[in-house]
Amino acid sequence: MEKKKGKFPFIIEERLCKKCGICVSHCPAKVFTAGPGNEPRVTNPRKCTGCNLCFFRCPDFAIQLEVSP
Amino acid sequence: MDIPVRYGDYIDWDQLPHLWCPGCGNGIALKGVALALAELNIPLHKLLLATGIGCSGRAGNYVSFHSFDGTHGRTLAFCTGINVTQPDLKIIAFLGDGDCGAIGGNHLLHAARRNLNITVIEINNFNYAMTGGQFSPTTPLSSITSTSRKGKAEYAMDTASLVAEAGANYVASTTVYHTSQLNNFIKEALLTRGFSFVEVMSSCPTYYGRYNHIGDGPEMMKWFKEKTLPRDKYEKLSLEEKQNYIERGKLVQRNREDFLTTYKKRRKK
Ligand code: SF4
Ligand code: SF4
Repeated sequence: MEKKKGKFPFIIEERLCKKCGICVSHCPAKVFTAGPGNEPRVTNPRKCTGCNLCFFRCPDFAIQLEVSP
Repeated sequence: MDIPVRYGDYIDWDQLPHLWCPGCGNGIALKGVALALAELNIPLHKLLLATGIGCSGRAGNYVSFHSFDGTHGRTLAFCTGINVTQPDLKIIAFLGDGDCGAIGGNHLLHAARRNLNITVIEINNFNYAMTGGQFSPTTPLSSITSTSRKGKAEYAMDTASLVAEAGANYVASTTVYHTSQLNNFIKEALLTRGFSFVEVMSSCPTYYGRYNHIGDGPEMMKWFKEKTLPRDKYEKLSLEEKQNYIERGKLVQRNREDFLTTYKKRRKK
């Protein structure tokens, strides 16, 4: 997959997200903020550097490629 | 690291969400397996995920290819039989620290010694989480668990070094925080002919993290980042300093003939 800087390339599937907070805490570009129930919100999509770390570290398969395979 | 888009083919999405706790590292390791399989483009019918008992033992439910739950510690004994009768099958054993270090320790050593053509992914979360957080052989010294309230009095077993010593062709260890290393190690292990072993130190916020005041999923990830060192850096530390860190990295990569190849050659003589 080609890396696009400045565009958050994922969707977060709510059904699968357990609100663990790993994506929020460990995104190097601080793309996410936690909502009132600790759910991740993509509030800074343009800061995304395309490192894919949130995708790899989400333990729940909730962060998925926008174009589903 | 790029994402092989077909990783989803190896996951049984209808079975998700999985039963693992929020912030548990099992899912990160399982995703690493799916990513490596997609990258290597291994067909589903050529694959088997063998599991043991404990939290990691549920992994078989979440893959879209063959899987089975072995009896506790004996998974590698079943895998030995499968490897001999179905040599074309790629066998991945997804085991916990109990299955590898405790009840299954002997099977692990001898599977490595025979150099069976199997990839073992050891999910080392430093405790028996499914039964309430008792200490395991891999639990670090002084750790608090439900059976060591005042700190574990025993030294930890280093399963990766044991397996390397026993004769495995590929041995590496890392954590669920270091995902590019993790995904790469799993891929290299799958490409190895003969016995390959990846120790994945994994977060258990529910027991190990909570008992030892490390914290939740994100805090445990931070702990792995700070607590582990690459092997070369770790080796330079004094014995005392070493107590504060855990090493990660590749231990062994070699090309000894695997069991089945040697066996077939002998039979022809
Ligand atoms: S890492 Fe995954 S499960 Fe955890 S909060 Fe983020 S999207 Fe949800
Ligand atoms: S790809 Fe990297 S920069 Fe973008 S949201 Fe994920 S972790 Fe943050």
